Amino acid sequence: MKTVKALTGNDAVSYAMKQINPDVVAAYPITPQTSIVEKFSDYVANGEVDTEMILVESEHSAMSACVGSSAAGARTMTATSSQGLALMWEVVYIAAGLRLPIVMPIVNRALSAPINIHCDHSDVMGIRDSGWIHLFCENAQETYENTIQAIRIAEHPDVQLPVSVNLDGFIISHEVANVEIYDDKPVKDFVGAFRPRVSALNLRSPVTVGPLDLQDYYFEHRRQVADAMVKSLNVIKEINAEFNKKFGRLYKVIEGYRLEDADACIVGLGSTMGTLKDLVDNARKAGKKIGFLKITVFRPFPKEDIVSALKGLKAIAVLDRADSVNAMGGPLFGDIRCALYGASSAPVINYIYGLGGRELTEQDINKIIDDTLAAARTGKTVPEPAYIGVRE
Amino acid sequence: MQDKVEIRWHGRGGQGAVTASKILAEAALLSGKFIQAFPEFGPERAGAPVKSFNRISSSPINTHVQISSPDIVLVLDPTLIGMVNVCEGLSKDGILIINTSKSAAEMRKKLGYDTGKVAVVNATDIAIREFKRNIPNTPMIAALVKVSGILKLEDVLEGFRKQYAGKFSPEVVEANLKAMKAAYNEVKTV
Repeated sequence: MKTVKALTGNDAVSYAMKQINPDVVAAYPITPQTSIVEKFSDYVANGEVDTEMILVESEHSAMSACVGSSAAGARTMTATSSQGLALMWEVVYIAAGLRLPIVMPIVNRALSAPINIHCDHSDVMGIRDSGWIHLFCENAQETYENTIQAIRIAEHPDVQLPVSVNLDGFIISHEVANVEIYDDKPVKDFVGAFRPRVSALNLRSPVTVGPLDLQDYYFEHRRQVADAMVKSLNVIKEINAEFNKKFGRLYKVIEGYRLEDADACIVGLGSTMGTLKDLVDNARKAGKKIGFLKITVFRPFPKEDIVSALKGLKAIAVLDRADSVNAMGGPLFGDIRCALYGASSAPVINYIYGLGGRELTEQDINKIIDDTLAAARTGKTVPEPAYIGVRE
Repeated sequence: MQDKVEIRWHGRGGQGAVTASKILAEAALLSGKFIQAFPEFGPERAGAPVKSFNRISSSPINTHVQISSPDIVLVLDPTLIGMVNVCEGLSKDGILIINTSKSAAEMRKKLGYDTGKVAVVNATDIAIREFKRNIPNTPMIAALVKVSGILKLEDVLEGFRKQYAGKFSPEVVEANLKAMKAAYNEVKTV
């Protein structure tokens, strides 16, 4: 039932899209997302999917076409990066507000200026509060499997929200790795048929999509988005459980590693957590009681799960691959420290790292491990936020 | 074979360094290994120096950092020597494999790499002989397999046949297989 293939993260996403066989894909190429759309276009050209592929003239049009097709009742996907996502921005909010279950892999890349094509999470953090669900992937395997699960999450009747599946630009998108691919049938069975809640094209049950909504109802509609986001956490857990059972996996909204007896913990998103696995193992061999917490589901923010994983630890470091520029630290840090308020008095240290693809080296990570363990011993934190790997 | 091998390829844009790392990864995967293959990320231009990388391991690979101290370095283009420090970070008991018409002893002396193995193969000559183009990547993979013992030649040939049967014409596939066998036999080590 499984085949192991040598695939890049982008290839793994395209393969998931092929098995999902969405009704509509509207996309515009942008580095480092391009090979997703390129490969998927091959599947369309070869007749391996029945998807209506709409090659648009910009990302603003891509998301607009997605909104139209999803509102018409078609299972709809796109993919983008960086400036492309920035250009989509106003329509991204429309997709969430209209409760359209669009799924969009985002190959994370820095935002201009200066122009840069490499990884950081500034792009997705710009749509953090849009009402999209945000999933983060550690490796190519997760890009494949999170893309498949994202369809189910988005379309669940209690959710009806768009989902972004985030993978680190170049680091994951262009790295060839072992990916276990499932046969088409079990994947198609898992994904199931799309049963749209409403369809703008159903003449027997006509609806108006996107009318003016002023002081009288706008607030209620945004409140419903927040409510759906809250409810989506349990739905994601159920879908993870179903996926794990069917495919023998261990997907969770957060994943703790060697936390049982840890003094300190490093929290973060994406590919860095894979590198951390090896370095935490090394540190453990040297008797250092460190562990990590990988956040797979960033929105909805699984605060109770996080608090229960971090409670009792003596120090916590939070890695942000995006800067909030003179706010109270990076976006993940803000969430984690707020979540811990009242539940833990341990120092929480923020590291801003890896902007524009700057590598977080093994030496950097070892320093983070040592500094976090030192904070666990002394109870003292370091100035916030600490920029690591940058020339000052 | 050691548990995890890290490999760096040096070439020029268009010589197939990136493809070589992919073909090697696919072959290693078919032999049941865990693999990574990635280019030096960034814009590529034909003729400009490029690097690509492999990790091959018998256990799952978690890390995503760049490779800075490889066990094996392959040089697809001898004109890079002197321009690019191909020995940078190469482990002391590593392997350096160069596509050149010169002897291994001469290359060892020129590069001052005294501690590990140095191997040479005239992969350009083989490529031109077998497929009439200077794309020396597949013969270099065979040289790597011979010198390092990380994979079996048969697995690499089989992997190449499987992966590229649909993409290249049967003549091109055959020419590559012949070139790999030739390089496997012709590579010389000191």
